[in-house]
Amino acid sequence: MSKKHIVVDPITRIEGHLRIEAVIDENNRIVDAYSASTMFRGIETILQGRDPRDCGLLAMRICGVCTGTHYQRSIEAVEDAFDITIPKNARIVRNLIQGALYIHDHLVHFYHLHALDFVDVVSALSADPAKAAEEARKWASVAGEAPYTDGQGEFKEIQDRVTKFVKQGRLGIFGNGYWGNKHYKLTPEQNLIGVAHYLKALDIQRDLAKMQAIFGGKNPHPQSIVVGGVTCVQDIQNPARIALFKQLLKDGTKFIKQAYLPDVYMAGTMYADEATDSKATFTELIEGKGVGGTGGGLLNYMSYGDFRLDDTGFYKAKTLFPSGIVYGGDLSKVEDVDPEKIAEDVTHSWYEGSEPLHPYDGQTIPDYTGLDKREDGIAYLKTDEKYSWIKSPIYNDTRVEVGPLARMIVGVARKDERITKYVMNFLKRGNLPVGVLFSTVGRTAGRAIETELMADAMVEWVDELAANVLSGDLSTWTEFDFESVSVETKGMGLAEAPRGSLGHWVRVENGKVANYQAVVPSTWNASPRDYKGRMGAYEASLIGTIVADPEQPLEIIRTIHSFDPCIACAVHVVDTKGKELGVYKIDTQCSI
Amino acid sequence: MSDKIEGVKKLFTSKSARVETNRGESYYNNLFERCQARLDELRAQEPVNRLDFSELLSEHGTDRRDFMKWVSATTAMLMLPPMFAPLVAEAAELMNRAPVIWLELQDCAGNSEALLRSDGPKIDEIVLDIISLEFHETLMAPSGHQAEKQLDGAMGHFNGKYLLFVEGSIPVGAGKEWCTIGASGENFLDHLTRVAEGAAAVVAVGSCATYGGIPAAAPNPTGAVGVMDVIKGKPVINIPACPANPANMVGVVLHYVLTGQVPELDSLLRPKFAFGYRIHDNCERRAHFDAGEYVESWGDEGAKNNFCLYKMGCKGPMTFNNCSIVRYNEGVNWPIGVGRGCIGCSEPDFWDKYAYERPMADAKLKAPTGGVEKSVDEFGLGLLTAAGIGIGIHAAASAIAGKKEDGGEA
Repeated sequence: MSKKHIVVDPITRIEGHLRIEAVIDENNRIVDAYSASTMFRGIETILQGRDPRDCGLLAMRICGVCTGTHYQRSIEAVEDAFDITIPKNARIVRNLIQGALYIHDHLVHFYHLHALDFVDVVSALSADPAKAAEEARKWASVAGEAPYTDGQGEFKEIQDRVTKFVKQGRLGIFGNGYWGNKHYKLTPEQNLIGVAHYLKALDIQRDLAKMQAIFGGKNPHPQSIVVGGVTCVQDIQNPARIALFKQLLKDGTKFIKQAYLPDVYMAGTMYADEATDSKATFTELIEGKGVGGTGGGLLNYMSYGDFRLDDTGFYKAKTLFPSGIVYGGDLSKVEDVDPEKIAEDVTHSWYEGSEPLHPYDGQTIPDYTGLDKREDGIAYLKTDEKYSWIKSPIYNDTRVEVGPLARMIVGVARKDERITKYVMNFLKRGNLPVGVLFSTVGRTAGRAIETELMADAMVEWVDELAANVLSGDLSTWTEFDFESVSVETKGMGLAEAPRGSLGHWVRVENGKVANYQAVVPSTWNASPRDYKGRMGAYEASLIGTIVADPEQPLEIIRTIHSFDPCIACAVHVVDTKGKELGVYKIDTQCSI
Repeated sequence: MSDKIEGVKKLFTSKSARVETNRGESYYNNLFERCQARLDELRAQEPVNRLDFSELLSEHGTDRRDFMKWVSATTAMLMLPPMFAPLVAEAAELMNRAPVIWLELQDCAGNSEALLRSDGPKIDEIVLDIISLEFHETLMAPSGHQAEKQLDGAMGHFNGKYLLFVEGSIPVGAGKEWCTIGASGENFLDHLTRVAEGAAAVVAVGSCATYGGIPAAAPNPTGAVGVMDVIKGKPVINIPACPANPANMVGVVLHYVLTGQVPELDSLLRPKFAFGYRIHDNCERRAHFDAGEYVESWGDEGAKNNFCLYKMGCKGPMTFNNCSIVRYNEGVNWPIGVGRGCIGCSEPDFWDKYAYERPMADAKLKAPTGGVEKSVDEFGLGLLTAAGIGIGIHAAASAIAGKKEDGGEA
């Protein structure tokens, strides 16, 4: 049995630097996979010794895409340590800033980071614009909506523009794509819809980002959250600001319901054959038995819960997303999350350490052992040793997946009324079985369902904020005596970021940060093997996937992108003797 | 001591630190001719994209009037007299002759995201279309080997002509070998050096690429530095801030197309058109500073009345940038507008010097060496608080109209 070893570095359309290596058998089926981050900055080390009130701004710079989420998490870890309850206005404003991030981030992810894994741009050039308009109406009606892009004229215009772009020969960011790969399954008309919405979403996302700027000051990297509350007192008392926020939300929601969801129905249906019930175990998949939906992976889903809906305080308030953990894709059972059961393991990570540690005790001491020697221009990961800058988080001694899909699954398992309604509605309208959720396509659908739910919920929050301000409550900050509360204490900010469960843990001694650890969603999902050799979520999700053309990593990036990650990679195929099999001659120049 | 007090007084009450930008008629006539010649030359060149710009405008629903509005605002931002507006418009139409390669190193993608928020009249898509964005990891379709091929192809095809935008810092100390790109495991320094070789100019976007930014904050675990510390013998333009304002990114490209040269830079290689004056000089709350009206704690009466944020740690007086005029997200808001204050993010070492919510004199700073804490004075940053020098001074002569409501169409 001859195996091939694929290296993908850089995987693009992500945030950050991540490498994926995959081993495929003679049937082009992935039997082994490794995920490795190749960039280190040491922000946890940089945070040590600083004033805890300043950590939020620094921690925010962990990521510029999910901007603001680490900011809030860090501030709330400190508030938890100082035992501060923030005012109602501050809670709602933070929910609105975070909610704006969710819908902005999910939309940019689907169209600009993920869509080109489903949409063949070149195929769109041969579409019939009249049929495309018909097709758009069809999928919009599945979602119970009118189509966002209506009429063949509009499709024709976009098609002409893209044709012109392609004809001039420099494809820029679309150059060297996988156009024509046989695992692209949309019709030319459907591809044209995808391209049209890709371009429109560029405009929409700019407006969605303004929502974060209204109460946050700017986007990326807002600046209005402080330990004790928020600073945007003049923005909440100005009716024009509230009105602008509502208008932007309304326009964004229109696009979500009339373009984003219909497009997910369209992609989900056309790629449904890849999303069949995936209850087969890894062992069965690796042995070639059992039916696996593409990209299912671990099937253990965790959510910390987030978006407090009342003012009873951290970890007490009712939340929009419930917390919980679901094992093995079994929706009939859900367990509570116990923060004490979280640990980080560094067996295969470039850090010193011998046993899994709780984040309060976690260390971040680099121990870089590098890649293997270069052979024919490729340096492989030393997969038996340490091979990534990401640690391996473990919950209750199991590996779990986090993210929008996990939040939806935990919500359904918790029988949360709102989440269940949105999920079931989606499946019913699309005529899709529940099993479809446990796959790459399902992960992408879960994110779309969440986007619609969030956009609808935010309308209630804006009204709640306006009503509270109108009642005369302008309080935005809770006073605290820093000198006394910061002598010795510790706190955690455990909640959900767009990409999944996010925890910040902080220990404070004598007014300074004594220890700081962040366990971020991509830590859970993109992590390497753990001390028992068990895979992280990315690695697991690739097992069993069939690659149409080993020289094009389309299926690999499609599944990896479904997590909305941070990756950067380059693909080479070699046989087990380390000989390069081929340098690709993929010519994307179209001769139209 | 008295010298110091005089110095501080001067710093806080000076009319403006704005550079005197008017160079006189003969200078501008001369520059105008040079730009005209440059644009003619570009027009004659084989374009990268053969796109008809006016058609593009109409396809984007951007009408000519919107476009001209953006042009006049941009002309002002570049500190050029109004007679340059037609040339700026022409330069915008010729921007597709400027191929751009964008590298991400020790970054958070914040500047890439900022680029997507590029303002002006729906100019974001226009920019995506008409500068030739040849390589950008966050946006490009192919991954892996094909992505590397795209980079090599662009470097070869546009050798000596492309603008190289760099986002993120470069580890050259302990972390030099820790960060790699591509199947061959090339480290960031080698990668940058290789790609910079054929660039016409290198543009460092954001504070990490400019000064090392957050990875370089004490104790700088990886030995991170900015582009100007490692790239020699090439024009380097710095556009700091966290993230950089997209208006300034577009401004630099436009200026380059217009004149064929890098814009006039300050000692930190920042374009003077954007970094020639302080946040404080054009702040909408400047009048409150002059009147001695301060926010004393978050959410107090002063905060409800937009008083000055200096006592809450605003670093506007030490920070050179055009936020107070351009703002962010199409003028929607900015950090002082949202009641927080400036954290000095376009200045060197701001994480260790400025980014805290207390006035400098009250701050205990972590020494950049990671050693003992000292007060600001001991660091020789020597700034007293405004209150410390009895600032109730009314700088009545302040000629700065710091309350532009129109987002600064000067």
